Amino acid sequence: MRGLVFSAAFFAMDLNTFFSAAVAGIGLGSMYGLTALGFFVTYAVSGTVNFAQGSTLMLGGVLAFTFGVRLGWPMWAAAPASLAVCAAWSALVEAVGVRPFARRGSESWLLATVALGLILENIVLFSFGKDPRGMPASFLTNTGFEAAGLRVTLLQVAIPLAGFGIAVALNAFVGRSAAGKAMLAVAQNRDAARLMGINVSLVVTGAFALSGVFAGIAGMLIAPLYTVSAGMGTLFGIKAYAAAILGGLGNPWGVMLAGVLLGTAESVITAGFGSTWTQMASFALVIVALAWRPHGLFGRAGVKKV
Amino acid sequence: MSIPSKALVLAASLLVAGGVAAQDIKIGLVAALTGASAQSGEAITRGLAIAIDELNAKGGVLGRKVVLVRRDDESSPPKGLAAARELISNEKVAALFGGIDSPVSLAIIPVVNKEKVPFMGVWAAATNITKNGANPNYVFRVSAQDDLVDVKLIKYAMATYGVKKPGLVLINNPWGESNEKGLKAAAEAAKIGIAGIEKIEPTDVDMTAQLTRLKNAGADALILVANAAPGAQMMKARERMGWKVPVVSHWGISGGRFDELVGPTAGEAHFVQTYSFFGTLNDTGKRVLTAMQAKYGVKTAADVLAPVGTANAYDAMNLIARAIEKAKSTDGEAIRKAMYEIDDYAGLIKTYKKPFGPNDHEGLAPEDYIMVKFEGGKIVPVK
Repeated sequence: MRGLVFSAAFFAMDLNTFFSAAVAGIGLGSMYGLTALGFFVTYAVSGTVNFAQGSTLMLGGVLAFTFGVRLGWPMWAAAPASLAVCAAWSALVEAVGVRPFARRGSESWLLATVALGLILENIVLFSFGKDPRGMPASFLTNTGFEAAGLRVTLLQVAIPLAGFGIAVALNAFVGRSAAGKAMLAVAQNRDAARLMGINVSLVVTGAFALSGVFAGIAGMLIAPLYTVSAGMGTLFGIKAYAAAILGGLGNPWGVMLAGVLLGTAESVITAGFGSTWTQMASFALVIVALAWRPHGLFGRAGVKKV
Repeated sequence: MSIPSKALVLAASLLVAGGVAAQDIKIGLVAALTGASAQSGEAITRGLAIAIDELNAKGGVLGRKVVLVRRDDESSPPKGLAAARELISNEKVAALFGGIDSPVSLAIIPVVNKEKVPFMGVWAAATNITKNGANPNYVFRVSAQDDLVDVKLIKYAMATYGVKKPGLVLINNPWGESNEKGLKAAAEAAKIGIAGIEKIEPTDVDMTAQLTRLKNAGADALILVANAAPGAQMMKARERMGWKVPVVSHWGISGGRFDELVGPTAGEAHFVQTYSFFGTLNDTGKRVLTAMQAKYGVKTAADVLAPVGTANAYDAMNLIARAIEKAKSTDGEAIRKAMYEIDDYAGLIKTYKKPFGPNDHEGLAPEDYIMVKFEGGKIVPVK
């Protein structure tokens, strides 16, 4: 009976509602995907994952607010400065929370990165304050257009563009550039790479810094849609990891696409049934998808899940 | 001096000190003095302190000096409960005031009813704080009450916007649930329908989906019950959709930086308060504002932070003082009975006429609530 009511509610959703949910979901999902690309990069190179990604996303948003709004810097200065700090932070996470454990073959980096993320959140809580803050409106949020009776802001277009743009760039970077090839080499065989004169630890640090930049960009793009606070990244970190696993951690495209799928599913579920069901249903879908394709929707066998 | 004589002096001085302290009438406050709601605790403290200063300047209550004893509950029910017990058994407070958090007040209420200490709610609005089933009931309130606020919100939406089918946007917690019942009952009493009920979470980034459901269901207004951050998320989704629907809100959104979080459309949400220092003030209002300027460096009405807390606390303290005078005692049971005997009191919010009765522990009614909005970073009354 309940199921009947649900499907009735779902089919009652008209095309307009669906489109509006899809636009919101693609934006949200692109942020999951972008953050998940950070998981992909570090996993590909070192077989480790930075579970402080959610807190790095938060750092991007908080710093952009601090530099750009509190200190009044222009955004062309505030954005790169914030990203630089995010990169440095992620490199620090690698040095303190990952390398000492990975070297000994221990998997304690898992807990260490979670702990570092919590520490950062609390530092921000004390220094930034408990009050959530709001990004002031900019031309990205003020400018918009109408499409199929739906108002879409520039930011909602910019978010997926940035996400997929970065996935494309990452693909090209890994395949074409020397640094990218070094990354691939390290991923395939650490010792051989070292013998070839590749500075392995530098490549790993670089991968973590890059993952920090991705999370930072996601944090800055999501800030105007959301509120800026110490806790803003927690749920994003978890969802992004779900997206990374769903995508299979095998290639940037798959990870990005999985993020968008997860975000759209969430949004459509909310539109169809209300947000009480969102988390339950979307994570249930993730589990079903993984049961069906254990290596992720776009992954291959042989990738070890943490 | 020998040791026994030293002890004698010490004992004597203790007796004297104790004797002086016993002369004072202690008023307890358990509220959030730190944390995200610290502003509320400060606002209540200001209202109480100004009222107590005025009372003491006139010779105190029953000829005794009134003293405020504060404890921080950090918005946590167990901490508030421990603080209330300590104030009752160690400090022997004559009456206890509560803060902004309904869960904390609800935790304290069984204790005050058991220990027979009058409790005055000056902010928390949960209906079952005063309607707690205890007999005799020692809990009174000079603040809004959820069920009554819900009536006010529905009436305001109908009178101002001609609303016939509002959509409800409620935070997904017990506070939202209690208002869901209240709003449904209020809509039914007003013979209007409800377009739909949407629950929101503080972690919802984009609420367009929920709002689209309400829009498609034909909602002609949104009734909002949430704190500042999730309330702001709803306003932003509404703005993105370009949906110019009226928003009528409970006072939760006044607790944070709602205007900053929302941006330009913050003023489009009209919300309920019990008092505003703007406009023409009555004599009590002028006096309290002057006292705030002298004591706390407040310049204009716009600088009064969380005016609700200050105004409610000020009036409530004066009402308690009148009850103690009537009771001619600080005995809890005597004060409780004397609360029903209070005659007229020209307070800040209104002139109270027999404000409390055995079946009515609410000092304020929906007619006393006002509607306000954010304008230029300040809370101003809706004209």
